[in-house]
Amino acid sequence: MDNHGRANAHEERLRNLLVRGLAGDAAAYHAFLKDLSAHLRAYFRKRLSGLLDDVEDLVQESLLAVHNQRHTYDPGQPLTAWVHAIAKYKLVDLLRRRAGRDRLNDPLDDVLDILAHNDSEAAAANLDVAKLLLRLPDRQRLPIVHMKLEGLSVVETARVTGMSESAVKVGVHRGLKALAAMIRTRR
Amino acid sequence: MKTDDLVTLLATGAAAVEPDAMARRYATALGWGAFGATLLMAILLGVRPDIAAAARLPMFWIKLAFPASVALASLFAASRLSRPGARLGWTPSALAAPVLAMWLLTAYVLLGAPAPERAGLVMGRTSEYCLFDIPMLSLPVLVATVWVMKGLAPTRLALAGAAAGLLAGAIGALVYALHCPEMEAPFVGVWYVAGMLIPAAAGALLGPIMLRW
Repeated sequence: MDNHGRANAHEERLRNLLVRGLAGDAAAYHAFLKDLSAHLRAYFRKRLSGLLDDVEDLVQESLLAVHNQRHTYDPGQPLTAWVHAIAKYKLVDLLRRRAGRDRLNDPLDDVLDILAHNDSEAAAANLDVAKLLLRLPDRQRLPIVHMKLEGLSVVETARVTGMSESAVKVGVHRGLKALAAMIRTRR
Repeated sequence: MKTDDLVTLLATGAAAVEPDAMARRYATALGWGAFGATLLMAILLGVRPDIAAAARLPMFWIKLAFPASVALASLFAASRLSRPGARLGWTPSALAAPVLAMWLLTAYVLLGAPAPERAGLVMGRTSEYCLFDIPMLSLPVLVATVWVMKGLAPTRLALAGAAAGLLAGAIGALVYALHCPEMEAPFVGVWYVAGMLIPAAAGALLGPIMLRW
């Protein structure tokens, strides 16, 4: 298959998974993020030849961005365009911070490219999300630890932490946003 | 943390997303912003005392319809610019249409007026207030719209900021029209447009600073 055909096949599959994920199907959402991370890795690796160390950080930053902003996906919109815009935004943001030190070896505008390739071999990320997590305030860290790492429900997390259920949900949401901001600004 | 573990962390317990979350945030922001602008206008400027009589004239309604259509078009532009990868599509034409219509009306009125009166039709008596009050009344909506956009994902920050500013300016002009005594199309075609463009320019400058994510 050429790039176009491959991208179309992936678009169909991933869009389906994301739409189910947005409706609350956590397994489909997990499969979506896992597949997406391979596409993001291939996309960044190709464009960051001089900064291979940063690829995995950027993959993780983009995954957090996709997750935190997933309510901006309109199911009527091609997934490729949405993912590409996020990945490109994060890439340009990184390059702007590194301006002058490295050069792009590829044009950034090849929208179809993003779902055409994947790369499932993760290198180690420089920034450890688990360590960044420790720096969050308790009201954000505890809900994330109990809900997202230990898999407790909102009700259970509320009982364990003594927080209200809405405070638990807000804590997870704000905590993940704070993590994304920490990854973004710490490089 | 390995990327696969991060994927698991993100997916664990991820609840359903409300499909109309974006529309509801914009509606809340615009509701509060327009309320704030109206309150500011009523307290600081006051509704024009002859509003009942003015409401019988077509120009009063044109003066409301013009910023209202700019507001609607810039709301569409702003909401598209809040989604990564969404195309602007027809929204630039929808923005240009009311302005062009207003300018056609301006040209028609000016051409039909005797030459010595034309400058007066454009300048009116309150142009300097218009240039200050429309941006002032746009502030509540500007703050509210930037707050909404910060929770979304604009990727073209200057453009998104400009759309937020134009939306705020158009609502500011709509509210200002309830105070403003000017009733000539050339005045609206020049000063209302300029008044709306000031917050739009401010938004374009603020966007790259305020809207990063």
